[in-house]
Amino acid sequence: MRYAMAIDTKKCVGCSDCVVACQTENNVPIGYCRDWIVEVTDGTYPQLEIEIRSERCNHCENSPCVRCCPTGASHYEAGGIVTVTHNECIGCGACIQSCPYDARYSHPDGYVDKCTFCLHRVKKGQQPACVEVCPTKCMYFGDLDDPNSDISQVLKKRKSKTLIPEAGTKPHVYYLI
Amino acid sequence: MREEIITSGRLNPNIDPHLEIWHWHIPLYLFLGGLAAGILFFASLYVVLGKENQFRGAVRRAPVIVPILLIVGLAALFLDLKHKMYFWQLYTTIKLQSPMSWGAWTLMAITPISFIWVAIHIKEFLPKWEWKWLIFKELELFFVKNKIYLAWVTLFLSVILGIYTGILFSAFNARPLWNTSILGPLFLTSGLSAGAAVIILFSKRKGERVNFAKIDIMLIGIELFLIVHMFMGFLASTEVQIEAANLFLGGQYTAPFWIFVVIIGMIVPAVLEFLELKKFHIPHVIPVVLVLFGSLMLRFVFAYAGQLSRWLY
Repeated sequence: MRYAMAIDTKKCVGCSDCVVACQTENNVPIGYCRDWIVEVTDGTYPQLEIEIRSERCNHCENSPCVRCCPTGASHYEAGGIVTVTHNECIGCGACIQSCPYDARYSHPDGYVDKCTFCLHRVKKGQQPACVEVCPTKCMYFGDLDDPNSDISQVLKKRKSKTLIPEAGTKPHVYYLI
Repeated sequence: MREEIITSGRLNPNIDPHLEIWHWHIPLYLFLGGLAAGILFFASLYVVLGKENQFRGAVRRAPVIVPILLIVGLAALFLDLKHKMYFWQLYTTIKLQSPMSWGAWTLMAITPISFIWVAIHIKEFLPKWEWKWLIFKELELFFVKNKIYLAWVTLFLSVILGIYTGILFSAFNARPLWNTSILGPLFLTSGLSAGAAVIILFSKRKGERVNFAKIDIMLIGIELFLIVHMFMGFLASTEVQIEAANLFLGGQYTAPFWIFVVIIGMIVPAVLEFLELKKFHIPHVIPVVLVLFGSLMLRFVFAYAGQLSRWLY
């Protein structure tokens, strides 16, 4: 079992529905977000290209946050989902420093928080909230080890990339390009 | 002109627009920890070398401030924690891959040792000191008898403490300015240099002060070499590390780094210590204060500049 997500940059319109769905589902404090929209404009006017990405924790296979956590609060759940056990987290900030994607933040209650791929929903066989609500259906979530899963199929058919692969973190959020 | 504009909708406090999750607590602690390591290193080294009587300032006098340094440093670390009531979780596990974990355990061991060290040398400051309870007398006797073993353990732990303060930063691949293995040796050398400077202040014997002035000049030389070496490494590396180095080579931390750390904190005190060796009359407190200032600034500049350096994507 290896959970992963793929986001189609050709279909994403940057509406932020995924951001709001996540904030509602996970009771994210006001002013914070676990996922966010990035727009990259590239080129020379009038030949401009735009790429829109819904970004979040990459649930890396070689997670620097899990490695540097002094208490083991940051850990891998089944299927490679990286989560933080709140009452083991001391709020030292090492994992925040270690993440090349800056995907973590310090929750006002003290512990470090981030995207969990909606682990509580996944355990019930549901999709993460962001995937569920996407109006353009540009997000795919599933098991990479299952060759018949939607995500395995789409990654087989389409070209994709991950963010900063050179950081050596082996991210598991893919962007279809 | 071809341009790439990245617009992010994320605005998490202390994360955006740039990382600011560690403030003054961490560099202050790294300075105090490095200084404590430096003092304990020389104190234990001269016991191991059997030169305790020649270097009383190093072995018996200077370590008196180490427990204070460590307690203040630990207090700073505690203040930095955002989930304070769970700090004890640090001591429920040993994670070898996490420098912060073995740093926490090293502190757990070296802090009581620093108290023991001061206790067995208390007569240096209070010649008429008598322990009120028998147990303390017996403990003192035990540690005095086994001082050589205590010194070996302290020597080992002080090196770990000194080098860990740098490795803590260098283990973060996400911050290109910190991600250099030079940082461990550089912070260790800086801590030793600060330790040697404090010993000069505590020493009563001119010969000992001269010895530590020589050691300090040598350590500052090593630090300068490591700094040059670090920039060579950065500039021959990837784009993110070249950009990180540029924070000190024309970027916004250029003046604080070169003026406060390198010139005022290293070159000026080294020159003053050299002139002192050449019989010029210079109050030895001046180079000592400058070395300590430089050592503190090194940590502050690296802590803040490092959080500005990042991968771009």
